Amino acid sequence: MTDTGSRTIVEKIWDEHVVHSAPGEPDLLYVDLHLAHEVTSPQAFEALRVAGRSVRRPDLTVAVPDHNVPTHNRHLPAKDPISQKQIETLRRNAQEHGILHFDIVDERQGIVHVIGPEQGLTQPGMVIVCGDSHTSTHGAFGALAFGIGTSEVEHVLATQTLQQRRPKTMAVEVDGDLSRGVTPKDVILQIIAEAGVDGGTGHAVEYRGTTFANMSMEGRMTVCNMTIEFGARAGLVPPDDVTFEYLEGRPYAPTGSGWDEAVARWRSVVTDPDATFDSTFRLDATTIAPRVTWGTTPAQSVSVDSAVPNPDSMPDDSVAAAARRALEYMALEPDVPITEIPVDVVFIGSCTNSRIEDLRAAAAVARGRHVASGVRALVVPGSGLIKAQAEKEGLADVFIEAGFEWRDAGCSMCLAMNDDVLEPGQRCASTSNRNFQGRQGPGGRTHLVSPAMAAAAAVNGHFADVREI
Amino acid sequence: MVMEAFRALTSKAIPLDRSDVDTDQIIPAQYMKRVERTGYGQFLFDSLRREPDFVLNDERYEGARILVAGRNFGCGSSREHAPWALEDYGIRVIIAPSFADIFRNNCVNVGIVTVVLDEAVVSELLSRSTQNPESEITVDLETCEIRAGDDRWTFDLDEFHRERLLKGQDQIDLTLRYEDRIAAYESRRAR
Repeated sequence: MTDTGSRTIVEKIWDEHVVHSAPGEPDLLYVDLHLAHEVTSPQAFEALRVAGRSVRRPDLTVAVPDHNVPTHNRHLPAKDPISQKQIETLRRNAQEHGILHFDIVDERQGIVHVIGPEQGLTQPGMVIVCGDSHTSTHGAFGALAFGIGTSEVEHVLATQTLQQRRPKTMAVEVDGDLSRGVTPKDVILQIIAEAGVDGGTGHAVEYRGTTFANMSMEGRMTVCNMTIEFGARAGLVPPDDVTFEYLEGRPYAPTGSGWDEAVARWRSVVTDPDATFDSTFRLDATTIAPRVTWGTTPAQSVSVDSAVPNPDSMPDDSVAAAARRALEYMALEPDVPITEIPVDVVFIGSCTNSRIEDLRAAAAVARGRHVASGVRALVVPGSGLIKAQAEKEGLADVFIEAGFEWRDAGCSMCLAMNDDVLEPGQRCASTSNRNFQGRQGPGGRTHLVSPAMAAAAAVNGHFADVREI
Repeated sequence: MVMEAFRALTSKAIPLDRSDVDTDQIIPAQYMKRVERTGYGQFLFDSLRREPDFVLNDERYEGARILVAGRNFGCGSSREHAPWALEDYGIRVIIAPSFADIFRNNCVNVGIVTVVLDEAVVSELLSRSTQNPESEITVDLETCEIRAGDDRWTFDLDEFHRERLLKGQDQIDLTLRYEDRIAAYESRRAR
């Protein structure tokens, strides 16, 4: 906060939610919406039970299974009995405590960070938490949203609050129009490449500038989703007419006069003109090209029209050592053009890129083409409703005719907890958010790209510059 | 959850000379399929342990309760399974130049002490434990001091977190002292 009392969005939302503040203690922050999934919540519910505690506000938690649900043959139980147990445990906990639960057979089921916004649960000015680091996605609506651990999930269930230290603030300012073929995914990959994997640690980010102002909600969600990949727990876009248009009429959005009051309130959730940030990062959007990661952190990416970097020419020894280790794991030689790297698998999905706009972009490339021989390509929509919408628009037919597998909603091969797993050594073009070692299966090699770039890799059998298609 | 109080500890240290060790490396997602908090230690660094020369495979470090690592340790997922796996394996202290935010919070809740020291000091500790696996480090949470041989360094820790670790306090118990404020906040918001 500056001397004038001017505040950033993050500071405004924070102040609004402080239940208790005392010197030497973290603030006690009220949580408006808690999202729960089957993998990080069972231990929290069990600990409550053991301690004889109840859920303070069951009306402020929403549960959905997503991480390990099967994405085909949904009428059957999950093949893995422990996954099935986690899904059933979430169902039972939700029933027992009276928590809204979108079950696996419900059309509204999907990835937790996709369905929160889709249902209108995610709203500007809220504090939103979930036992998942990609909770930052909800920041696209001007909410302060961040991931928490299971002990904190338990804390939220018991108290509807969290003990938190106020984060530092960081402005990420990007201006200019995106070139054809360049997407919000490329913008965030460029930001991460320049900021580094820990450039945002300790901060909450506000995305500012014309590039984000002109972005769709889907695009903003992609950007905010990957905020955690440069170390910042939360990333927000100021709410505007684009936000309100997206929310109006959604099932859990305010209605009638409540809607008008909400919009008036939401319009004040913006940074004051003379507020200051602890740090600022700037980027010119017109210089960004489609990007592909070559290593094992999301910061290790280059433009599709360049080559695999050479560690020998890296000035910092520890950076070079990490790059060598990454290239060894990825089985890549330095200086090889990115477009000469073949792929075995293509995954289009995840909380980063599984929304209708992502599927439209991928289908536009797939239309009239066919998945290259020897390549396996999956499309996993972010929710049952997105799946239905894509089928209505004919996108599903485009994918199926092009040789893609068309699946049910879930996290799927983003983290390979269900049976959508890379074989050791397989190379995957993936629209997900993490290219960590073994992320998509032990020994699997992940290259992060946009949906259009993933589709281009699928039909070519190797990475290709979507601008030339 | 009630955790074990921590005052001071002297132990060998495992030198993990890598930066950006992510939570997927600490515990891959396929091992998160349990509904309990325990039993994850056997899967700690599962894929790295398949490399024969990986430091955890070196018997000389058996029984170590301190891990020394490179910067940005614990980046990635919010899975508390990562600190659960470290704790279950026997680790009570992690020393690194920096940690990822969510991971560091989770460690406090599991009772693991995260110590931030300058990059140069961490690399000194890494090389000592690499050269002499028997060399011991003392971590004193009461004085916020690290001692190794004749050297000592002080470290900063959030005072509230330090108190919790020293007393093994349950976070929910602490918050419920302010139950009336939560109720007051809720009734104010409902109007």
